[in-house]
Amino acid sequence: MADAALATAAPDKPVQPDELPLLEAAGITKLYGDFVANDAINLEIWPAEVHALLGENGAGKSTLVKMIYGLLQPSAGEFRWQGEPIVLASPHVARARGVGMVFQHFSLFEQLTVAENVALGLDNAELAGLDERVAEVSRAYGLPLDPKREVWRLSVGERQRIEIVRCLLQDPKLLILDEPTSVLTPQEAEQLFRTLRVLRKEGRAILYISHKLEEVRALCDTATILRGGKVIATCDPRAETAQSLATMMVGGEVGAVRSDGAKKLGNPRLVVRNLNLTPDDPHGVKLDGITFELAAGEILGLAGVAGNGQDELFAVLSGEVRADTPDVIRIDNTDAGRLSITERRRLGAAFVPEERLGHATAPRFKLSDNALISGHAASPMVRRGFIDRGQARAYVDRITKAYDVRKAKPDPEAVSLSGGNLQKFVVGREILREPRLLIVSQPTWGVDAGAAAAIRQAIIDLAGRGAAVLVMSQDLDELYEISDRLVVICAGRLSAPRQTRRADRGEIGMLMAGVGMKGRDHAARA
Amino acid sequence: MRLALERRAERSILMAIASPLLAVALTLATGAALFAVLGKPPVEALKIYFLDPLRDPWALQEIAVKATPLVLIAVGLSLCYLANAWNIGAEGQFLVGAITGGWLAVATHGTGAGYWVLPAMLVLGALGGAAYALIPALLKVRFGASEILTSLMLVYVAELLLDYLVRGPWRDPKGFNFPTTAEFDPVAAMPTLIEGSRLHLGAIIALLVVIWATVMLGRTLRGFEIKLVGAAPRAARFAGFNDKTLTVLTFAISGALAGLAGIIEVSATVNHLQPNISPGYGFTAIIVAFLGRLHPVGILIAGLFLALTFIGGESAQISLKVPLDLTKVFQGILLFYVLACDTLILYRFRVLLAPKVVHGVH
Amino acid sequence: MEFIEAVLLTVITASTPLLLASSGELVLERAGVLNLGVEGMMIVGAACGFAGTYHTGSIAIGALCGIFGGMLLSSVFAAVTLGLAANQVASGLALTILGVGLSGLIGAGYVGQKIDGAAHLYIPYVTDIPLIGKVIFGENAFVYFSVALIIGIWYFLYRTKAGLVLRAVGDNHASAHALGYPVLKIRTLAVLFGGGCAGLGGAYLPLAYTPFWVSGMTSGRGWIALALVVFASWLPFRLMIGAYLFGGITILQLHAQAFGLGIPSQLMSSLPYLATIVVLVAISWWRGRAGSPAPASLGLAFVPDR
Repeated sequence: MADAALATAAPDKPVQPDELPLLEAAGITKLYGDFVANDAINLEIWPAEVHALLGENGAGKSTLVKMIYGLLQPSAGEFRWQGEPIVLASPHVARARGVGMVFQHFSLFEQLTVAENVALGLDNAELAGLDERVAEVSRAYGLPLDPKREVWRLSVGERQRIEIVRCLLQDPKLLILDEPTSVLTPQEAEQLFRTLRVLRKEGRAILYISHKLEEVRALCDTATILRGGKVIATCDPRAETAQSLATMMVGGEVGAVRSDGAKKLGNPRLVVRNLNLTPDDPHGVKLDGITFELAAGEILGLAGVAGNGQDELFAVLSGEVRADTPDVIRIDNTDAGRLSITERRRLGAAFVPEERLGHATAPRFKLSDNALISGHAASPMVRRGFIDRGQARAYVDRITKAYDVRKAKPDPEAVSLSGGNLQKFVVGREILREPRLLIVSQPTWGVDAGAAAAIRQAIIDLAGRGAAVLVMSQDLDELYEISDRLVVICAGRLSAPRQTRRADRGEIGMLMAGVGMKGRDHAARA
Repeated sequence: MRLALERRAERSILMAIASPLLAVALTLATGAALFAVLGKPPVEALKIYFLDPLRDPWALQEIAVKATPLVLIAVGLSLCYLANAWNIGAEGQFLVGAITGGWLAVATHGTGAGYWVLPAMLVLGALGGAAYALIPALLKVRFGASEILTSLMLVYVAELLLDYLVRGPWRDPKGFNFPTTAEFDPVAAMPTLIEGSRLHLGAIIALLVVIWATVMLGRTLRGFEIKLVGAAPRAARFAGFNDKTLTVLTFAISGALAGLAGIIEVSATVNHLQPNISPGYGFTAIIVAFLGRLHPVGILIAGLFLALTFIGGESAQISLKVPLDLTKVFQGILLFYVLACDTLILYRFRVLLAPKVVHGVH
Repeated sequence: MEFIEAVLLTVITASTPLLLASSGELVLERAGVLNLGVEGMMIVGAACGFAGTYHTGSIAIGALCGIFGGMLLSSVFAAVTLGLAANQVASGLALTILGVGLSGLIGAGYVGQKIDGAAHLYIPYVTDIPLIGKVIFGENAFVYFSVALIIGIWYFLYRTKAGLVLRAVGDNHASAHALGYPVLKIRTLAVLFGGGCAGLGGAYLPLAYTPFWVSGMTSGRGWIALALVVFASWLPFRLMIGAYLFGGITILQLHAQAFGLGIPSQLMSSLPYLATIVVLVAISWWRGRAGSPAPASLGLAFVPDR
């Protein structure tokens, strides 16, 4: 125990070897029926430590952290706070002890103000004087907020600040952050790290959940790696490489994605020229002068922080929203701007939206019915207005075989599949139609590494067969891995495209934040 | 220790079939208690309400007669509800159908017109109901106004319109000042199926509609569209289906069926127009739709069951002196039980134990 | 002068049941629950209220009976929609049908009976001021209570932490649950409160409006109260204005008939319903540009995960 304390102490804090860990998990187990989400987890978090919790999706990180915050109760094992056993019966209890948590999905109320939102996150909030305290604390920690602003007006990065300020006002001894930088530009992430280092200097502990290995190596003192619900290793991330950490997380070498070298590109399949669109939703992002071309055989990566127009662009490219004039979008030399999504599918286009449950599929419908969603446009599944269920089921079987979709029975409801398997189904459903144009948004979000690799390979293979592919992703690593060219969207405007091989990450990060976008300074969704 | 709901991985087929049966059983049990509170013998009263009508051939025919409008309207409503379009104004569409169809009967009264009159009346009734239903549908689609409230307000308007017509311009001059139109000519009356009974052609029409709806919903792309739009609107848009088109379409079909039911009912049972031609069929049909799990065959069965409660209620009023309002109470309780039991299709109950408290730290 | 005073008085009497019922509904809709059964709760409140006063001679007891009747009925709704996550629209309809039926059963024995209606305030000299005296200082307790109620609701929603929590639950029940707030408990209390208000609004009719019981005496006021909440954009003071506006329209028909304008009585009677439609359309259309101010969780079932 003392060795660990020595290894993880912040450089400017003296170590007392007989200090107790702030929080200790001893044999923590969580069962859901037969499924073991957490299996006898042992973990120590020390004061003034930035402790990373690594693992892929489904490894059990969220479950463990929810138990620390009192949202779930362990099936077995106990927690100890500064040596004393403790039951974290509810978030209220956890907060009273000094645990604060910033979730990946914020618990905010859009129509209420910043101060009101903060108040709701505090246990004994006095509404009087809260505005001033919020302004003061947010400024002091480098995360300025206007207390009177309504949340729906704020950018994602600003919303995260509300969550952090909520925690800080309760003087936490342990602050838990769940994938905090997935919604931030590289510059905003830097600002967050500065704040976290200040907190560590104050003697607080930070539990940092992430799958971004470079980040963890830069920021964290200790890393606990989970896999399949168990602790695989506890180590000092600075002493490891990203590769060794990834191997521990995944339990074996992850196959690198193969892609052929220099490509021979065909004619432009998708041409978008000066697309302007004002959204119906007043909270939406206006698309401004979007122009790009996509050639046959090419994969174009669209990078950007969430909420900068990707949803709006996807909707108008897919046809769920019609453009103002027919010629702003051309698919294979046909004016497509005013065509419906069904007509675009008939032109050979296919689409994979970001949300797999509710958008790409109907959760409570069977897979065979979900196959009809994109299949009814041009396939033997529908003949003269009548549905051929046999054909639909056969299609589901083809997808299952080609993409190794794991499911409990041949034709279950979509909601019963795991995230990775459902995503494989959704992607497979489109690719098996051999589309000439594929537009996909967040192809591997929330998907385990194996399925993610399979999906990325399928996309590359499709482009290899001559299709044009547009990939929108918040994961820059992914885009660097599979795309030929890279373009950034910020506040509804598109940057000039660059060859991915020659695109500098720092520059991309700045474009994502709106700096250098067509010569004018646009703040990202501020 | 507390009871919590937990989502099932898949909908339970067992519960989908058992739920309406369970709801009926619970309603009967509650009904027995209610009778006891009112001072009537529970078992005897339940027998009069639910069993006796089944043993009397005349009552059985009456059940079919009463079920006809219920089933027709409920099938239409089920299409709307599946598409998440909440048509609450079927009662008004029923009345308007009776009005538009009845107009032809009144206009051709005593003119010796031919057999074309009745079919034309049916068509006019359906068109009238459809047009009336399009009002809330278009207001919803164009302006976003709540179709629940608009369709309901129009029920009151339709009632008042009918009242005005039968007391004013359409009143039978030879009718001793009663607020009714003249009796319809024989060509304007629904033919009966059995000599001397009230069972009429409308029952056959209702059966045909049930068959049509079953095929449409189960086998066609349009049926899939309707179900998808209601279950997952974003996925429906992704599929290229337009929820606005579907709102208008389902309201139009539903209005047409309700209007058809209205003119059938009038030309088959009372044979003239008067202020009260519906004991709340449009609202009872909502219960029929839910009890029938929004499925045409289920609706057929549910319609027969609810018609049974109407007949039972009438005979209980005579023999037990129980007010007719009790029938409404039964129907309301039944719908509540149906909704409550439906939960078990998607969720199951779990008993949760409270966490252990250690060292007073809590 | 006297005529204007008479009109104002009738407007207030017609508006008060609407204000009472819609105030309660506003609170529960702000918490994210949609209870369409206002008509059922109101009419049960009317029957219970009449029965209570008939047997005890006390308006206050009648009012309490009305409140209690409405709350009891709304508790069935709460059990099914909040406890069992059932569809709120269908449950509201079931509540209406059940309420109408129950009111008929309860009221069956009282048809044709009469009671003494609620007393009106009288302050010497003040109440006698022409035009406004009776209107402001000569009303019955229900009217004063309805005004106090809506002001109290405003204060609760915007000046207390409990009200803030309720608004938060209606905005995003998942977030509220994640923050540890008892969503279902808050919603249940809101539903019961709404039931009590609707019951009181219904009880007003036989106790202060027309001092007898008649089956169906609410005549759709419950549905108008629902439309009022939408009209008011879920804001308390706009609700008050809307209630008096709609009350005015309801009463218009009586005055028009008194004028003998030769308009069919049915057309005049249909004015409130037509006006409701027009107003709903106007509000929805005008608001369509600005985005909906409805509580975002309105009508959505909430089932907390373990």
